[in-house]
Amino acid sequence: MKGYDLIIIGGGPAGLSAAVAAWDAGVREILILERDQELGGILNQCIHNGFGLHTFQEELTGPEYAARFIDKVRERNIACLLDTMVLEVSPDRVVTAVNREQGVFQLRAGAVILAMGCRERPRGALNIPGHRPAGIYTAGTAQRLVNMDGWMPGKEVVILGSGDIGLIMARRMTLEGAHVRLVAELMSYSGGLKRNIVQCLEDYGIPLRLSHTVVDIHGKQRLTGVTIAQVDENNRPIPGTEEYHPCDTLLLSCGLLPENELSRAAGVTLSPATSGPVVDEALETNLEGIFACGNVLHVHDLVDYVTQESFEAGRRAAAYLQNRLPSRGRSVPVKAGEGVRYTVPSVVHPDRMDDSLTLRFRVSGVRQGAFLSVWLDGERILHQRKPVLAPAEMEQVRIRRSELEKRPDLSAITVCIEEV
Amino acid sequence: MYDILIIGAGVSGCAAARELSRLQASVCVVEAREDVCSGTSKANSGLAHAGFDAREGSLMARLNVEGSRIMESLSEELDFPYRRNGALVLCLSEEDRPGLETLLARGRANGVEGLEILSREQVLAREPHVNPGVTAALWAPSAAIICPFELNLALAENAAENGVVFRFNTRVTGFSPMEGYWQIQTDQGPLEAKCVVNAAGVYAAQLHNLVSQTKLHITPRRGDYYLLDKTAGSYVNSTIFQLPTKYGKGVLVTPTVHGNLLVGPTAIDIDDPEGTNTTREGLEEISRKVESTVTGIPFRETITSFAGLRAHEDGHEFIIQEVEDAPGFFDCAGIESPGLTAAPAIGRMVAGLIRDKLALEEKAHFQPRRKGITDPWALSPQERQALIAREPDYGQIICRCENVTAGQILEAIRRPLGARSLDGIKRRVRPGMGRCQGGFCSPKVMELLARELGIGLEQVNKCGPGSELVTGVTKEADYEGV
Repeated sequence: MKGYDLIIIGGGPAGLSAAVAAWDAGVREILILERDQELGGILNQCIHNGFGLHTFQEELTGPEYAARFIDKVRERNIACLLDTMVLEVSPDRVVTAVNREQGVFQLRAGAVILAMGCRERPRGALNIPGHRPAGIYTAGTAQRLVNMDGWMPGKEVVILGSGDIGLIMARRMTLEGAHVRLVAELMSYSGGLKRNIVQCLEDYGIPLRLSHTVVDIHGKQRLTGVTIAQVDENNRPIPGTEEYHPCDTLLLSCGLLPENELSRAAGVTLSPATSGPVVDEALETNLEGIFACGNVLHVHDLVDYVTQESFEAGRRAAAYLQNRLPSRGRSVPVKAGEGVRYTVPSVVHPDRMDDSLTLRFRVSGVRQGAFLSVWLDGERILHQRKPVLAPAEMEQVRIRRSELEKRPDLSAITVCIEEV
Repeated sequence: MYDILIIGAGVSGCAAARELSRLQASVCVVEAREDVCSGTSKANSGLAHAGFDAREGSLMARLNVEGSRIMESLSEELDFPYRRNGALVLCLSEEDRPGLETLLARGRANGVEGLEILSREQVLAREPHVNPGVTAALWAPSAAIICPFELNLALAENAAENGVVFRFNTRVTGFSPMEGYWQIQTDQGPLEAKCVVNAAGVYAAQLHNLVSQTKLHITPRRGDYYLLDKTAGSYVNSTIFQLPTKYGKGVLVTPTVHGNLLVGPTAIDIDDPEGTNTTREGLEEISRKVESTVTGIPFRETITSFAGLRAHEDGHEFIIQEVEDAPGFFDCAGIESPGLTAAPAIGRMVAGLIRDKLALEEKAHFQPRRKGITDPWALSPQERQALIAREPDYGQIICRCENVTAGQILEAIRRPLGARSLDGIKRRVRPGMGRCQGGFCSPKVMELLARELGIGLEQVNKCGPGSELVTGVTKEADYEGV
């Protein structure tokens, strides 16, 4: 069986960054497996700008951002197999894949980085009742049709969900000549970034209807309209608030799900909070030598953070391959306390930490003027006032290794939001 | 002029067509939709019922048990998925126990084999997720799960191979009795046939009433379902029913032959024969009712919900006979559950009636076997490598959730009675049936359809004319009035 030191599953922003970092740390036998016909992943259809402000201090489009990393991969002569679908990863890191040229084949890997990205929640998973006509797309599918294939999914559009792709598509569909009637959002706050609300809805006069959802879908062949209604505090539609909106297109932007079928089948422990693997400070899963980064790990808001995280995964996988990654030693759980939905990582091994560690997390509701706190058991080591905290934006804090070393009996790190 | 014209390319019509294709006769199937299996046959529980449910002595009971007995060998002959997983009917209180005994006695009278009553412990040992309050259950080992699409398609393809003509997008609008034959009006012009088979599902009464003074009444009875991801597919092993009580019938839980979990259906009488919309009330009814039989179903793994319509005739009986005041016009009506199971037997019965009517002889060279679409994942590794080396399209995954290859999709389009719509491809080889519901693959499948059919992408549709998927190209917007 042919082998590589490092096999990276997925050639999107996470996989590309991880490959570059691993190469720069000295790993040479690297293979990227990509199921699409080109590298770059979902960035290829994100033709709007706003990517790379943190990484490159400039505003790039998605394809431009991807191109920077594709160039880095090419400069390093890192091997890639395109149009290649990974079918299985075994716990001992045998990767089974299929493509047109080789059929089904197996490769042995010294280390594996999972970087498969995420998918959109489809209509069925949202339990929207009604007919099942043509004209209902997830926002990402519509984005592909419009931006890559040049086709318009429809002319009169309602968007359900205010996730970032939905907001971006509200603007895109408008620029392409469609009429976007409204964006309905089940929650009482937007699921997207503030800048997208302003630049994609407000600038075009598209109404955002918070605490509203689609309660019926009309049209037997092609969509003819949707009924939306206001919801109560339990997200149940309030009778009497129904409004009918004629439209031929319904776009759904109701959340992203890390795509972890391979991980699950391999035996990687998944977190119910993120739907991604449970990882430690090295972004290593419960299976030795299998790492994860990017949207397969948890859904990010900005690609820059995907890159940062994936550099880390690549660097750590390189250390593992070079026998420089110390054994795990004592482990300290990181707990998502009050107001925090999850943290990544969710466990820390102080003995093999760097001098400091970035904990990424999301809050569970919108909070204004609350405090972000970190507790080491009963001792609060961080208490920072935040003007606004929102679930749409990923937050992060840094933990110093020295803080943990001082406390050999530490039982948990807790990140929480406090009113005072 | 055809000898026989069958209205409806659902499972009953196609089963009849296949049986008639054994005979020396010209047969045509007309279908209002763009594909076979587009009505009741496409949205149901996908079960081969054992046959304990139907009333003793009824035609329904006889054809159910006969269909159940034929189904396994038919699945080998026609190459469609079949798995005998058995069924359990749960009794949830001691006072309902006589009802379970009645069901056992009825099943035995109907000729169902292997029925037995299991104790609470036996049930829970087989099915750990069943409500622990269960008191006993009827076990029917001959019950099975099948793929309703592939059964329907296999019957149709085999009929076509044996000479049956199919006309799609052709809606029957009226009949004129002629001297020894019928003229059939359609929206594509008139057709003629010596005999007509009315297998029009929820429209069967409407058609019957055009030719007969003895009126039929069929109610579309809607059934809503939840379909869960394969991660939940082994939540139960057998098909779990609830013993009907004075409080109602309950809903069933079953694995599907493709490894998903199916929960439903409701039974809601409606007027619209195209009313396959789910409702919030219907879906909530399922999740509420199922708790009494199978607890803790992971509904967060739901990938879609859908509804199908049963063709419920007022007498709750299959009506398969020559219409008394319309000689040569044969009803195949009121085919509701267990219609899918009974279909092979229904086909035989219809063919028998017409063979006698027209004194038809058997064909010398009937081809009984049909080979399904190549499934590279069902092959041995060596066979699969050889296939991909020969035809690389079978090594190119288009649908990542169900691992469907370009080769399978192309085959689905290129075969006789090939797919003409996105849903047609989905029913044949499953791209879009998985957890992302076509989010990633549908643009690619649309491109393949356009290329193979030699049409523009704007003509590619989801389920027939009027369901086109895109409205035009970008940058060509009409900005007037914007």
